[in-house]
Amino acid sequence: MDIIVCVKYVPETAEAEIKIDSTGKAIEKTGLVFDINEWDDYALEEAVLLKEKLGGTVTAITIGSEDSDAVLRKCLARGADDAIRLTDPQFEGSDGYAIAKILSKVIKNLPFSLILTGAQASDDGYATVGPILATLLGIPHATMVKKIELDDGVAKVNRELEGGLEEIAEITLPAVLAVQTGINEPRYVSIMGTRKAMKKEIKILGLADVGLSENEVGETGSWIKTEKMYVPPVEKQAEFLNGSPEEIAAKIAEILKTKGLI
Amino acid sequence: MTEIFVLTEHRQGQIRDITFEMLSKGRELAGKTNTELTAVLLGKEVKNHAKTLQDYAKRVLLVEDTQLENFNSDAYQKVLSSLIKEHKPLLTLMGHTSFGVELAPSLAVSLDTPLATDCIDLEFEGETLTVIRQMYGGKVNVKAVLRKAESYIVTVRQATFPVEKEAPMNGEIVEVPSPLSEEIAKKRFVKYVLPPPGGVDITAAEVLIGIGRGIKDGSNIPPVEELAKTLGGALACSRPIVDKGWLPNGCQVGSSGKTVKPKFYLALGISGAFQHVLGMKSSDVIIAVNKDPKAPIFGVADYAVVEDLFKIVPPLKSKIEELKR
Ligand SMILES: Cc1cc2nc3c(=O)[nH]c(=O)nc-3n(C[C@H](O)[C@H](O)[C@H](O)COP(=O)(O)OP(=O)(O)OC[C@H]3O[C@@H](n4cnc5c(N)ncnc54)[C@H](O)[C@@H]3O)c2cc1C
Ligand SMILES: Cc1cc2nc3c(=O)[nH]c(=O)nc-3n(C[C@H](O)[C@H](O)[C@H](O)COP(=O)(O)OP(=O)(O)OC[C@H]3O[C@@H](n4cnc5c(N)ncnc54)[C@H](O)[C@@H]3O)c2cc1C
Repeated sequence: MDIIVCVKYVPETAEAEIKIDSTGKAIEKTGLVFDINEWDDYALEEAVLLKEKLGGTVTAITIGSEDSDAVLRKCLARGADDAIRLTDPQFEGSDGYAIAKILSKVIKNLPFSLILTGAQASDDGYATVGPILATLLGIPHATMVKKIELDDGVAKVNRELEGGLEEIAEITLPAVLAVQTGINEPRYVSIMGTRKAMKKEIKILGLADVGLSENEVGETGSWIKTEKMYVPPVEKQAEFLNGSPEEIAAKIAEILKTKGLI
Repeated sequence: MTEIFVLTEHRQGQIRDITFEMLSKGRELAGKTNTELTAVLLGKEVKNHAKTLQDYAKRVLLVEDTQLENFNSDAYQKVLSSLIKEHKPLLTLMGHTSFGVELAPSLAVSLDTPLATDCIDLEFEGETLTVIRQMYGGKVNVKAVLRKAESYIVTVRQATFPVEKEAPMNGEIVEVPSPLSEEIAKKRFVKYVLPPPGGVDITAAEVLIGIGRGIKDGSNIPPVEELAKTLGGALACSRPIVDKGWLPNGCQVGSSGKTVKPKFYLALGISGAFQHVLGMKSSDVIIAVNKDPKAPIFGVADYAVVEDLFKIVPPLKSKIEELKR
């Protein structure tokens, strides 16, 4: 069973202060900590678990700058066998469609029975790359996948619907499955694994290698382009409770009391 | 006259709310662009739905087929492609739901039609379609433009467009023969399953303390649980807490969890992602504790506390115990 995992290197922004840069179309990236996209962390783990059970290989692929080697090293340390980074100045400004085109060109020349992606990226989160990739490759897909069972060329998957409901679907392999968080428990990397991963080779490819023209990637090869980024208007202004933790606690308790809850 | 398509989302005999939200927005857009609003309904034995939709659209395009009984993106894609090729709608709207996310991207590729997903607003400026969407967990908004085309596909966020009460449109039901000639072989619906929730019923609690990733580790949960107990309330959480296995899935609040409306919701270390907020925004009083003054949760909270949650929990517990005495 040869599995390909598509991973994205994204800034962690939940706790960080976000500033819009001078172009007005992107955020200031300096000072932000980057890591593997949360969804891809689960996708990678799922690929490694399947490999451990069924044998075969796991190849991790990312499109990004040189820095994204860090995400590939993490994949190698966690059990991926090969890693490919796609880097080219022309790739910049690519939306999910252009990203999927690039991925499809590389993947079609690799052996695989299964491609795993995240259900979405935590930064721009269009949630499109997996299904577009499948369509370009002419294979079926399922998104929001919370469980995978493989049997005789068929993937039996649980797809997450709304409100806790799930549906079970059967997909004929080869296929693309876009993984939802919580499907497994991503493992920690051992120091030895990390050391070994540092020695492994990362294959680097550019536009010329993938066989796409300049017009098919980047902004011109995309469906959508950012015009402006802005801080969302506040719909409702919360009242700030200030003071020492004890004072704040007293204020919260007071609110509970007025509500008749104490 | 060209049309705006709204794809009806229905499951287990119910038309889902997102459909009416899109029809409301679709009606507004149709007015502005001088187009007609069409509800597209695919299914098996769904004439009752078609009747309901007559009130909301100028036309209901109905395609029935046994292969459309349950949602299957392959089957839906084939039927929709054929409808879109024939009608050339200016715009096709669908929900950014489990259903739309599975369908829209492959439909867009097969028709070579630009797609924007998870939009919270959209507008035509002349022939150009601009959309508003969120990035970085709701910390910034993006105004984006789609490549110019004759037809567009957009998926919209749930619970974003209000359903306006308007005069019924008495739309015409147009039955279209199913273009599905072969069996959809590579993807098959098996059944629906509802995993057992586990834990207490958080929808019944008057007081809820919601914990998020700010709790850092499962071992930090017991003191918060104690606090909830002191208040006679229950513990709820954001999705990562369930994903990590720290609380049972019945505790999860949000679009893929429970919708709660307690009298009091205390959010501890929750950033306020849209999917979480959807499940708790109707609570009577919301207090959010977060280290980040820019956390989106403060946009739905009544009271905001910019502080380390670990500094608030112990004094709050003693304060409440004091008041109870
Ligand atoms: C206006 C604009 C400007 C951009 N500028 C840049 C830029 O300067 N530099 C840059 O690197 N990117 C840039 N991008 C690309 C962008 O960050 C995303 O990679 C692209 O839009 C894919 O969509 P998504 O992140 O929404 O993926 P989603 O569809 O939400 O992601 C789903 C899954 O697809 C896979 N995936 C997504 N992206 C990648 C990737 N890059 N490599 C491998 N797998 C992936 C992952 O498995 C992920 O979980 C830009 C995009 C736009 C629209
Ligand atoms: C299809 C889909 C469905 C989803 N369904 C749901 C759902 O039902 N429910 C749900 O919750 N999510 C859901 N999500 C996930 C959602 O998008 C967010 O990823 C999630 O809600 C984030 O959880 P969080 O706020 O706990 O974590 P984060 O976003 O990581 O935020 C943690 C917060 O804690 C704060 N913090 C850190 N340390 C402290 C401290 N010591 N004191 C105070 N504050 C601190 C940080 O500033 C930050 O704001 C869904 C996602 C998808 C794609």
